[in-house]
Order: sequence, then structure tokens, then C-alpha cells
Amino acid sequence: MKTFSLLRSPAVRDSLGIGVAVGAAGLAFGTAAVAAGLSPAQALFLSLFMFTGASQFALVGVIAGGGSLVAGALGALLLGARNTLYGLRLADVLGYRGARRALAAHGVIDETAAVTLVQPDRESARTAFMTTYVVLGGFWVATTLVGALATDRVSDIDAFGLDAVGPAIFLGLLWPRLREGGPRTWLIAGLGAGLALAATPFLAPGVPVLLAASAALLSFVGANEANSPGSGADQTEEVRS
Amino acid sequence: MTLWIALIATAAGCYLLKYAGLAAPRRLLDNPWLQRFALAVPVALLAALIAVQALGDGQSLNWDTARMAGVGAALLALVLRAPFLVVVVAAAGTTAALRALGVG
Repeated sequence: MKTFSLLRSPAVRDSLGIGVAVGAAGLAFGTAAVAAGLSPAQALFLSLFMFTGASQFALVGVIAGGGSLVAGALGALLLGARNTLYGLRLADVLGYRGARRALAAHGVIDETAAVTLVQPDRESARTAFMTTYVVLGGFWVATTLVGALATDRVSDIDAFGLDAVGPAIFLGLLWPRLREGGPRTWLIAGLGAGLALAATPFLAPGVPVLLAASAALLSFVGANEANSPGSGADQTEEVRS
Repeated sequence: MTLWIALIATAAGCYLLKYAGLAAPRRLLDNPWLQRFALAVPVALLAALIAVQALGDGQSLNWDTARMAGVGAALLALVLRAPFLVVVVAAAGTTAALRALGVG
């Protein structure tokens, strides 16, 4: 009976929904990884231990483009740096210490942060965090393996349109930020894309994307006036919602 | 072997970034400059990744009609507030269908 009532709590319901839906995207990652030249074991390793989707796709994308591993790793780390911000927010909410904190750190990603930060109290926050982490993580790893093994047996990746999956996934991750962000967010996105495209013919694959990170410096332009409600404050709220 | 080393190092780095957030002093969170930059970097990087993976081919840029139509289908799905999986399937499905028809 306890299990039944637990399943009906909003924290668990939201977590299950998000965990299953996003976890299934591991199919696309397993596919992209093997198409890039990784072995299924390597794809599985990344989903298990790196466990932060955008960084995984970024690293694999650079490897697929023939870029240097250093550029790929740097891009993945830069993208992973937003998890530090989520961690800062989650630290107080979850209140974990010691070994539990070390274990929980592995589960700090976009989705767990989103689900956890909307909970009203610590108990439901912990429930939401752990449920999303375990369900999403389990699905993510399992579907990565399925995608990787299936791709290993397919000869022509392009015929399945899988080269469109990478940009589609990044678009899906960027879209909520564009929808909720102001003109400054659109400007940063446009400048980032423009810089990367302009640099592509001249720099090794992976490096143009790193260069594009400098577009984020725009967030400091006129930062003082932007401290008023409606700009900077809005962007911070978006992490909580 | 080199690839394994890069994968392990990157995975370790990503974990440390997550842990740093959970273990960092509370006052870092209140630094508006840090918040601002940390939120802007993913926007710039994601936009760059979309552009390069949609239009790039190694070190050259080329227009692949089938692939661009797939990205367009993903955008349409997002505008219509479709779930994440639908977005991904729409992109791959559109591109695959156009290629099967000999486009691109």
C-alpha cells in the first residue's frame, strides 16, 4: 500500500514521466556514438559515468567530425559546467552530506534539477531527485546500449536520417531557453552560431564551438542596468521552473 | 586506447563539475556575475553545436537539403510543444523520408 500511495505523489509522478521520456533519448545517443566510431562499450561507459546528455552528444559530435579529442573534451566540459550551477542550487534543497552527496553529485543534470527545484519541501525534493535520477539514468543507460548495438548492425546510417538527430537534440535543449529568455538570449545564440560557422573552415573540428562560448560574454554587456527585474533575474528563474 | 583515456578524463571532469556545485560555499550562488555567465554559456554552445552539426561537414560547410528539412521538422515540433522524443523522431523521419525519395 505504501508503494501505491508513493506512486501517486506528484513528485514521483513528474519524475517518472520525465525519466522515461528523456531516458529513451539514449537510443539516439547510442546510435550517434557508434556512428562516430566509438565501440558500444565506450558509448555505454559515457552514459554510465559522464551521464550528462548534451556533453556526451558534443564530445561524440566532435569525434564524428574528425576533430581533436582535446577540443571535444573541452566542449563537453564547458557544457557540463552548467551542472555546477544546478549543484549550487540543489545543495541547500537536498541537504546531503558525505558519501550521499558524492553519490548524488553524479545525478545532477538538467532534468533532475528541474524536477527537484519545484518541490515544496526537502522530503519531496529528495524523492523527486532520486526517482528522476534512478529512472532516467536506468533508461538512459539501457537505451544507449540498444541504440549502440542496433547501429553496429546497420551499414548506412545516413539513410535513416540519423545525422539530423544531433542538431535536433541540441535544438530541443536550447528551445526552452530561447522561449523564456529575452532578446539578449537570442543575441547570444545567434552570435554563438555565427561565430562557429564563420570559424569552421579555418579551425579544427570542435574548436569553432569552443570559440562560440565567447558569445556568452554578451551577458556582461550592460549588466548593471540588466540587474533590474525582467532580464537577469528572469534567466535565473528559468532553472527553477 | 587514446580514445578511452579521453573518455575517462572527460567523464571524470564532468563528475567533478557536478560535485563542485553541491559542495561549493553557499555565497558563490549569490554571485550574479557567475549566475549570468553560467546561464549564457550553454545558450552560445548549444546554438553553435546546432549550426555546426546542421551545416558543417568536417572543415567545410555544405547545405544538405534532407538534413536541413529534418532540423526544420524538429523546430516545427518544438513550436507545437511536442514531447522531446517526437522532436527527435520527426527530425530523423523527415530526413530519412526525403533521402528515400532521392532528395539531398
